[in-house]
Parts: sequence; structure tokens; C-alpha cells
Amino acid sequence: MTIPIDANEMTAAPERGRRRRRSRFDSDKAWLALMVGVPAFLHIVLVWIPALFTVGLSFTEWDNLAPLTDIRLVGFQNYWYIFTVFEADLFGALFNNFILIFWLTFCSAIGMLFAYLLDKNIRGSRIYQSIYYFPVVLSLAVVGFIWKSTMFSRDRGLLNVVWPGEPIDFVGDGTKIFAFDLPFLDPQLGLSRNFAALLIAMAWRHIGYIMVMYLAGLKAVDISLREAAAIDGCNEWQAFRHVIFPSLKPINVVVVVITVIEALRAYDIIAALNEPRGTEVMGTLVTRSLLGEGGGRVGFGSAYGVVLLLLCLGFIIWYVINHYRETDA
Amino acid sequence: MTATARHERRADVDDVLEAARQGRQPKPPLRPARIVLHVFLVTMALAWLLPIGTAVYNSFRFYESDTQVNGPFSLPDSLTLENYRDAWRVGEMSKTFFNTAFIVLPSLFFILLLSSMVAFACTRYSWRFNITMLVLFTAGNLMPQQVLFQPLFQIFKRVPWPDILSDTNTGNLLGTKIAVILIHIAFQVGFCTFVLANYMKTIPTEISEAAAVDGASVPVQFFRIILPLTKPALAALATLEFTWLYNDFFWGAVLLNQGDQRPITSSIAVLNGQYASDFNLIAAASIMIALPTLIVYLLLQKQFISGLTLGASKG
Repeated sequence: MTIPIDANEMTAAPERGRRRRRSRFDSDKAWLALMVGVPAFLHIVLVWIPALFTVGLSFTEWDNLAPLTDIRLVGFQNYWYIFTVFEADLFGALFNNFILIFWLTFCSAIGMLFAYLLDKNIRGSRIYQSIYYFPVVLSLAVVGFIWKSTMFSRDRGLLNVVWPGEPIDFVGDGTKIFAFDLPFLDPQLGLSRNFAALLIAMAWRHIGYIMVMYLAGLKAVDISLREAAAIDGCNEWQAFRHVIFPSLKPINVVVVVITVIEALRAYDIIAALNEPRGTEVMGTLVTRSLLGEGGGRVGFGSAYGVVLLLLCLGFIIWYVINHYRETDA
Repeated sequence: MTATARHERRADVDDVLEAARQGRQPKPPLRPARIVLHVFLVTMALAWLLPIGTAVYNSFRFYESDTQVNGPFSLPDSLTLENYRDAWRVGEMSKTFFNTAFIVLPSLFFILLLSSMVAFACTRYSWRFNITMLVLFTAGNLMPQQVLFQPLFQIFKRVPWPDILSDTNTGNLLGTKIAVILIHIAFQVGFCTFVLANYMKTIPTEISEAAAVDGASVPVQFFRIILPLTKPALAALATLEFTWLYNDFFWGAVLLNQGDQRPITSSIAVLNGQYASDFNLIAAASIMIALPTLIVYLLLQKQFISGLTLGASKG
């Protein structure tokens, strides 16, 4: 293609050409402003501003049915309450979230193992992949109900087949499997049976998710690296530990973020099965305090929310810095 | 290592390299280790299919007279579609399926349109805050939803909205499906912008430069040149986002407190309230709800997986 427009402008009408180019420059700028402005407006008004408001509301006392003028500033009172009077709620939920972080990290390792095994050029690899992966497309609420209907029930649940003791109802049984006291904390912390059952259902979904991420990562590992390791006489474990795993670093970062954020934001499966005794996590605690009992605990709910937000923000900031420093510096 | 051994080793490596050059992987010999591996993988696959397989099988059986008495693996007394019929009726699934479609399809369209616009403007042009913008979107998508909804209530309550355009009679956005669509768009634009920005960075700048010399304005660059080149990423994201939006449980339950507005995923919570102990009916409902996403997955598996991994790889 030729460039006749510019040529004409240069020779015949330099004045008009410059003006025309100027006006196109302006309209381009207007277009760009519009393209960024509309989505940014929506995103900021519906995500960032509500988050800031929640931080603000956590320092107030307010019944959300009352008009906005009834909002009273109470300083750190809500935080004082949730860390003392309601510490059983807060630390019970936090502890479940921490268990989830550890559990899902463990599941991520299994997902990596699956990916590593499937990457070995074995027959039927695609079929295995599809099977391990399909729970990822299901809603966690639906996962909860599928497991409830077939695995968890006292009479016919399949988990009771492997459970050594008396048959139990894995949805409702909040008995602790283990519990311990911390010296500076009144309530006991522990893992209840029904939450442990949910952990298994979540693993079913999480492992396939992580497996797919690592499969993509492993495919991208330079074949000459593997060759070099083989020629140097590495055994399989050494090659994985010192050659393949380090070259998966970008995937590792993403997997850590997915795992931790999923663990902190866990909500669907717990809320769907609606058995707060023993399975409460931060997500359901925030929602229940904000919605429950006539909407009278906006301050408390927001304070719980800020605790959750701070936990997430730590990882979000770490991830964003990691990603954008390396790509754009 | 003797010279011959080293030579054999080299030959082995040469085989592998030759195979790699031809785009195939070397055929593995069937060693005992391979067999152990296959046994492990098959066992795991069966374990993976167990919950859903049992659910599908028992959803065709009566619970009280059959599964509960004879066990989930026994041969059925009789097969029935009654669980499906009851679940469909009690869960009001024709209505909730429609609600979900009403929410998911427009959301999907606008999410992809808006996020590709932001990604385009932030990666193909350099201006002062383009990276800041991308950081904002990326970080926003990772926020916990539960922290947002109380202020969102208040915002939606104050945005007037004519009742003719919704099924509510409050005159504002709160409780309408439009509100759910808006928050889906605002939230998911974060993830899609991130993925599309990674993708668009890989398109050579020379293409845009050539187009600019030919006098292509910004909209022409976007719609005619960059967007068509982004098609694979858009297809992958569309598949992924479809299942995410379809599976959403939180916003539908929290923002649509009127029962007849609810999306499909929350209808199962209603069923669970009424038929808590008829596990076969719950299984039937779960399967009906899972079916659309499973079908999309089976048909578009490749898109689905590349959607996930696009987000992980750096452009």
C-alpha cells in the first residue's frame, strides 16, 4: 500500500494538512480516553470505591435500614469487639482459612505431580487430563451438592465407607478432629469433621485446576534444558528439583496467588451447604454479619471484611509488583 | 564412563533430538515403571469420576424406596426420571435458567468489549498512567467480593432505574438483574484486561506503525487490526468467563433477594431447603445445573484450558 495522503499534504496544502492531522490527533486522544474511561469508571466505582467505603464503615456504627445520616463514628470499637467479645467467631473462621491455605497448597503440589506424570508422553494422556480437569468447570456450590448427595450422608455416603468409626453425617457433624489451645486466646482452635469433608471436595476441584497450569508450564520448558540435565547425569529427582522446577517460576507465582486467594475468598461451597457450625470461614462470616439479623451489624461485618481485605491485599500487592516489575521495567 | 558407553548415550540423545525436531516425542518403552504409572493414573481417574458417576446413576433412582435401602452401587429396582421432573419444577428451573442467560450473555459481551478496549489502549499506546491502569484492574479482580457488597447495596439503591426496565417496583437498581450484570462487568473486566494485555503485548508494534502510516485512526486500529488478531484469546476468555459467570453463586444470592429473579445456581439452595434428605433429587438438580458448563467444556476444551493458561504466561 502507498501513502498518498501524506504526500498530498506535504506538497499541495501544508497548512490544511497540519490542521487535519492535528484534529485527527485530538480525535484519537478522545477515542483512547473513552476506551479507558468507561471501563475504568465502572471498575473504580463498583470495586475500589465500595472497598474503601467498607474500610470507612468499619469505624462506624450503623443499621443499614436507617438513613445515612444515622451513621455514627465509633473509632476502633468494632475492632475491639471482634477481637475480644467475638474472638471465637473471628479466630474460628481465620483458622479455617489458614487450614485451607495449607490444604490447597498441598493440593497444588499434587496437581504439579499429576502434571509432571502426564507430561511424560504417556498413552491416553488427554483422557486422563480431561477426567482430572472436569470438576473445574463446575460451580463450587454444585460441587458441594454433588458431594453432599453421594459422599457425605450418614446412611449411604461413600465417605462413610472409608471412615473407620461409627457412620457420621459429614455435612452437619461439627465435632473436632483435633483441637488445641493457644495461650493468648480463649476459644479452642481446631478442625471439625464437616470442614474436613469439605476440604476433600475442594481438593477434587483444585487439583485439576493447578494441573492444567503446570502442564502448560512444563510444555514450555526448553527441551535442551532437559537434555543438558540428562547428559550431566542428573537422576529424575535432581533434574526436577534443580532444572525443571526453577524454570517454572512464573507458573509457580501464579499458582501461589491462585491458591492463597482461593483459600482466603472461599465462600460458595460453604454458603451453599449452609452449615455454619464448624465450617465458618471469613467470607461467610462477613456475609452473615452484614446480612443477618435485620442488617444491624454493618460496623462489625465491615470490620471482619477489613481483616479479610488486609490478608488478601498482602498477596495482591506481592503479585502485582512481581508481575509488572518484570515485564515492564 | 567408557568411550562406547558415552557414545551410546549420545546416540540416545540424538534419537530424542531427532524426534523433537520432527515434532513428535520419542516412543516410550513399556517398562514396569510405566505400568505402575498407568495403574496409578487409572485409579486416580476412577476416584475422580466416583462422585459424579454415583450422582448420575442415583439421580435416576428413587431415594427412599431404593438407594437408601439397597445402597448406591446396587442394581436399581427401577429407573425413573421423577427426580429430574421434581427438581425442575420445585427449583423453578425454567425461570432460573432464563435469569442466568439474561445475566450471563450481556455480561459476557460487555466484559470482552470493555476489557479489550482497555488492554488495547494500555499496551498499544504509551501514555503516562497506562501501567498504573493495568495494575488497578489486575489488583481489583483479586479482591474478596464479600468486602464490596454492603456499599454496593447503597450505591445501587441510589441509582434511579425505571421499573418498566426491570421486574421490581422500587424505582432503583437494587434487586434488578441489571445490577448483577454491572457488578459482573466491573469485576471480571479486571481479569480479562490482564489476560488480553498480556496477549496484545505480543503483537508486533510494526503492524500498528504500518497502519498508522496508512492513516488508520484509533478505532480503525482497534476494530480492524488488533481485535481480529486477538481472536484466539477472546475465544478462550469467552469460554472461561461463560463458566465463571454461569457458576456465580455469590452475587446472584446477595443482590437478588427476590426469589423469582435468581439465577440457576441459587435455585439449588432452595431445593436443599425443601428436600434436604432426598439426596437423589439433589443429585438430579446438580447434574442439570452442571450440564451446560460440562457441554461447553467437552466441546471447547482447548479454548477453556488456553484461557486459564493465557493468564499465567507472560506476554
